[in-house]
Amino acid sequence: MSLISSLHVASTALHAQSLRLNTIASNLANADSTVDTYGNAYRAKNVVFRTVPMENMGADGVEVMSIRESDVPFRKVYEPGHPKADESGFVSYSNVNAVEEMVNMISASRSYQMNLEAMNSARELLQRSLDILGT
Amino acid sequence: MNPVPDYDPLVFGETALRLRTYRQQILGSNLANAETPGFRAKDVNFAAALREQLEGQAYGSRLPLAVTTSGHMPSSTYRPGMPTQLFRTSAQPSMDGNTVDLDIERSHFAENVTKTEAQMRFLAGAFRSRVNAMTPDGR
Repeated sequence: MSLISSLHVASTALHAQSLRLNTIASNLANADSTVDTYGNAYRAKNVVFRTVPMENMGADGVEVMSIRESDVPFRKVYEPGHPKADESGFVSYSNVNAVEEMVNMISASRSYQMNLEAMNSARELLQRSLDILGT
Repeated sequence: MNPVPDYDPLVFGETALRLRTYRQQILGSNLANAETPGFRAKDVNFAAALREQLEGQAYGSRLPLAVTTSGHMPSSTYRPGMPTQLFRTSAQPSMDGNTVDLDIERSHFAENVTKTEAQMRFLAGAFRSRVNAMTPDGR
């Protein structure tokens, strides 16, 4: 039944977008993390989406294909008094760009809402179809 | 003037509803893949698909199965496959090859939901009038 598969498509999108929101939350939380003992700071994570065909012909869901780490150089701040400062007085912070993450977050939550609406419409139509033979 | 072919309301209702829910699924896929790189928005030509399906059902298949032995079943229950999916042309394709335009998709989505609901009511009405005709004293 096509309406059921509409529900499935919307749920794949909800899943993918909530994973994206999770990575954004993790990026924002680590926006000011400095290097660990091995000299690596936190790298911003980005999800990569891909289309996944559903069991019902014609419908395409979406899934997170991979989570990639950004290879932008770490943010260096001159803080000679900082315990993590290197010999020239610079501290490496994570390469998270907070503005970028906020834009991503808005986009993800809009997508989430939109697919939730799509799911609600499919659910209401299914409910309606039960009334076809009703009084 | 276009003569309107006289289809059985139940056959028409079932076919139209099937195509409507199929289109619903395609439009839902477009929304789900609004941010997938390389995804191309799809849709069906509803009017053409409906005509094709109704004529396929009313006048038999355009490619009927040959019946050469008594064991062969005739193709009277032939149903053409689901309609061809067409790619939507995008006015503003994005850098990653995605052609989903959310404004367009949402308006088509809303339209399709409303029309599906209308079709369900028509079908329910067709059933109700049949039930009424079978009920003595119109009760």
